[in-house]
Order: sequence, then structure tokens, then C-alpha cells
Amino acid sequence: MITAGIDVGNKYAKVVLLDGDRVLARQSRPTGFEQKEAASSALVAALAEAGISREQVAGVVATGAGKSEVVFADDHITEVGADARGALFLVPAARTVVDVGAEEGRAIRLDGNGRVVDFAMNEKCAAGAGSFTESMARALEVDLIEMGPLSLKSTRLVPMNAQCAVFAESEVVSLIHARTSKEDIARAVNDAMASRIVSMTRRVGVEKEVVLIGGVAHNVGFVKGLEEGLELKVVIPEGPEYVTALGAACAAREKAGNGGKDNG
Amino acid sequence: MAEAEQKKEFWRWKEYNWHNPDLDWRVGKIVSGGVDVGSVSSQAVVMVDGELYAFASMRTGSDSPSSAENAFNWAVEDTGMTLGDIHYIVGTGYGRVNVPFAHKAITEIACHARGANFIYGPGVRTVLDMGGQDCKAIHCDEKGKVTSFLMNDKCAAGTGRGMEVFADLLGVSIEDVGELSLQVDEEPEPVSSTCVVFAKTEATGLLRAGWSRERVLAAYCSAMAHRVVTLLERIGVEPEFAITGGIAKNVGVVRRIEKELGITAAQTSYDSQIAGALGAALFGRALAQKGK
Repeated sequence: MITAGIDVGNKYAKVVLLDGDRVLARQSRPTGFEQKEAASSALVAALAEAGISREQVAGVVATGAGKSEVVFADDHITEVGADARGALFLVPAARTVVDVGAEEGRAIRLDGNGRVVDFAMNEKCAAGAGSFTESMARALEVDLIEMGPLSLKSTRLVPMNAQCAVFAESEVVSLIHARTSKEDIARAVNDAMASRIVSMTRRVGVEKEVVLIGGVAHNVGFVKGLEEGLELKVVIPEGPEYVTALGAACAAREKAGNGGKDNG
Repeated sequence: MAEAEQKKEFWRWKEYNWHNPDLDWRVGKIVSGGVDVGSVSSQAVVMVDGELYAFASMRTGSDSPSSAENAFNWAVEDTGMTLGDIHYIVGTGYGRVNVPFAHKAITEIACHARGANFIYGPGVRTVLDMGGQDCKAIHCDEKGKVTSFLMNDKCAAGTGRGMEVFADLLGVSIEDVGELSLQVDEEPEPVSSTCVVFAKTEATGLLRAGWSRERVLAAYCSAMAHRVVTLLERIGVEPEFAITGGIAKNVGVVRRIEKELGITAAQTSYDSQIAGALGAALFGRALAQKGK
């Protein structure tokens, strides 16, 4: 049975096609302002990648900030539920899931049976999400993907006082004026953001394995700051930005499995 | 969005200076000065025997000491006065410890309350100071002495910096934002995102959905008003109520704060943005009188 999970995030719409325990295809499209179009074009691309037709998909479940825009989905689930399912699918020993996306951050604690025990989230403030690094990269005039590698080359700890992304941008400009190196500034930015995610994660309780998902997991500088703050190694699955969509596909599988086998 | 090469700086507000040509500072007994080095703007005020003589308001540069000095020099431009002619100078604001020529540094909370007391009169009990990177709600007594306060300096929502971001996004000069935001037939729902970064994205979406600039500005001004009203309500608003700082000049935010509170803000012919520096100069005068 093939199912699809769609995660409409603030920046990208991601689709995962799942056939039993095998991922058939993964595709993403920039969300822009047309969330429904982004979601359907990512789905079309994923179907093409898998070489299957829409009729072969037994169920579609949407999640993410724009989930309600995906009118062609059979069902919606919360991002917390999708995160938990996706992380457990890839890392069965997961007890803590940290998801850091473009405009949201979440920390979820699971019990031994994979049930969500507690969670905390930030969707109000850019300082605890990928947008923060993005704004700072702009101020530093470096590519977003450079922020991680750059910060690993830092030789000096520079404190970052501003907690707000808007204020931090002015602070970065001041640091540039003060001839602070880009490497040191990049590290200050990543550490500042990591410390916010660390406090959020501590609120739900940290238990191994800690799985880090979401697009920001690609930022090695942030990961280093997070691991130092949590005082442990985190597990990052391959394709961390697709884990939430994968979780939605798992939910679609559960639903279609219970619902009836006459589908497809 | 295309990044325009020679983008106009819509956020850039006018810098200004003024002095009273009818007053001869040389005959004054006590010439006192106040410099308010804020995170976004710096103001300098000179008082002669307790009367406002000169002031200037400029953008704060990356270097606090020179920002303070520039503001001062501009305030006393064409008056023949130099820094050395001032008996007592008090520094205040975010960069107050970086005013090398100041005799003393006093917090901006104390200075704003004192300045508001001078500008709006002794009846003022609640002062809302809306600065470039912070927002303060202050209670004071009839002498302008602070009795309690609350502040937000962690988040750009509800600050001048947030408004600058919006002026830039919509391509509207920051001085025009307030008036434009009032040119709507019907008050729209406030922008729902608190964070300025997210509010920017939200506003871009509203523009794409066909909203006029005026309507988007109305939605943002009302979100900002709501944000500061929340801060004010935590401390309680006791009349008279006065607003100081740059945003006090934004009629779109001020009207909406008044509407939400159901109270009218005190009026003045003074420049509300110099309240902090003015308060500092008043402290300077008092300290000079006490025997320098």
C-alpha cells in the first residue's frame, strides 16, 4: 500500500511517498504564497519520481503550518504527531525529538511506546527558528549554507546580546564594524539560536536518543552548539527536512490500514 | 522580492536641530546639557537656567562617543557655544556609559519621566516611552520621580525599529506611516504575528492578496498599539497619560493606543522625542545647583 505525507512548511512544501516500510520518493517545492499549489506540485513531482499514478496512492495526510490549505488531502495531523511518527520510523529508540524549521521550533518527548508525553513549541518568535540564521546570513552577506561551516572555523567566542532577530541584525552590523571575523559572528549566531532550542528542549526533559529533524539540522554550526548545550550527541536522520512529511505518510498508512483494504 | 540596487531608505527619518535665537546663553547662570544616546537615535539638549535653549536629534552611529558629540555640536551650531561652556552634562540612554564628556550617567527611565514632567506638566502619572529598540511604561509622581516601570527591550515588536522595517517593506517614508494608516474606510484585523520578521512575511502575503498599503499599515499600527497596550495594562494606566519617543509622532499608533485604552494622550508643543535628553539636562541643572 502506497501513502503520501505532505508537510506544508513556512518555507517549503515537502512530500514523501511511502510503500510499506520503503520510501519511494521525496520532493519539495518552495511554499511561496500559494500553499496549495506548492503542495500539489511537490506531490506531482514525487509521483513522477516514483513512476506511479495518483490513483495508486491509498491515502494522503497533510501536516505543517499550511496543512489546512491542502484541500485534496484525506486528513490532517498535527506537526507534533507527524514529527513523532517520522522520527520513530527512522530511529525507533527516539525519546526526544527536536524539530527546527524555518519559522518554528518544537521539542517533543516520547515514552517507551512512542507516545507523545510532552512537547514545547515556538512559533511566535523568529529568534528560535531558521529565519534567524537566514536574516543574520543576509547581514553578514554570506550564503545561508555557509553559516554552518563558517562557524566551525571560529577562533574566538563573541557574545550575542540581542535576543530578537531584528535587533540581532543591528548587532551583527556593529560586530562587522568592530572588525569581528565572519567566522566568529557566524558562531555567535548559531550558538545564540542553539541556546534557545536547548532551553526549549530542557523544558520537556531530555532523554536519549535525541533526534534532530527539520531543515536547520543541516547547519553543522547549530548542531555543534546544540550538542554542547544538551551535553550529548544528537541523531540526525538522512533528509532531516522530510521527516515530518514522512510522519504524515505513516499516519496515512495507519488510517488506510484501519479504514479498508478496498482502497486502490 | 527583487533586491533593488539603489533602494531608497524609507526608514530614514529626518534629523533636526533647533535653538532659541531670543535667548542669550552667555547671561545664563547655569547652562546644563543632556545627551540621550539611544540604540537608534541620539538627542542632545541644552538648557539655560531651566529653560530649553537648543536641541538636536540624529541617528546613532556605530560609535557611541562620537554620536553623542555630533548631536551636541549640532544642537549648539551657530550659537557660539562649545562643550566647555556647559556647566553640567548628564548622559542617558542605552549608550550613556559611552559619553566621555558627561559628568554623570543617569538611566533613561528616570530621565524620560523627568522630561515628560517638564514637557507635559506635573499632572503626568503614566509615561509610555516608545524608543527605537525598546518600549517602557513608567509611573511617576508630580515631581517626575519614577515610582514603578515595566519595559520590553528584548523584542522588536512595539518599537521604532519594527516600524522602520515596515516603512521599508511598504516603501512609505516613516514620517508618513501614521497618517496613511488612518486612511482606511474600515479598521482591518491587526497583523496576527507578533514577531516583526514573521509580520513582514504576513504583510507581504496581505499585499499579494490585494490589500492596499494603507490597509496593511493600519493592520500593523493597530498590532503595535495592541502590543504596547498589553505592556501598559500590566503596570496600569493612571491619567494623565503621555507618550514620548519617536513613535509618539506616529499618529496612527497613538490614535489606536488611545482608542484601545479609552484615554487621550496629553498634548504638547515640545518635541516628544527629546524627553530623555531634556530630563537629563534637568538633572544636570539640579546637580550643578547642588554644588557641581
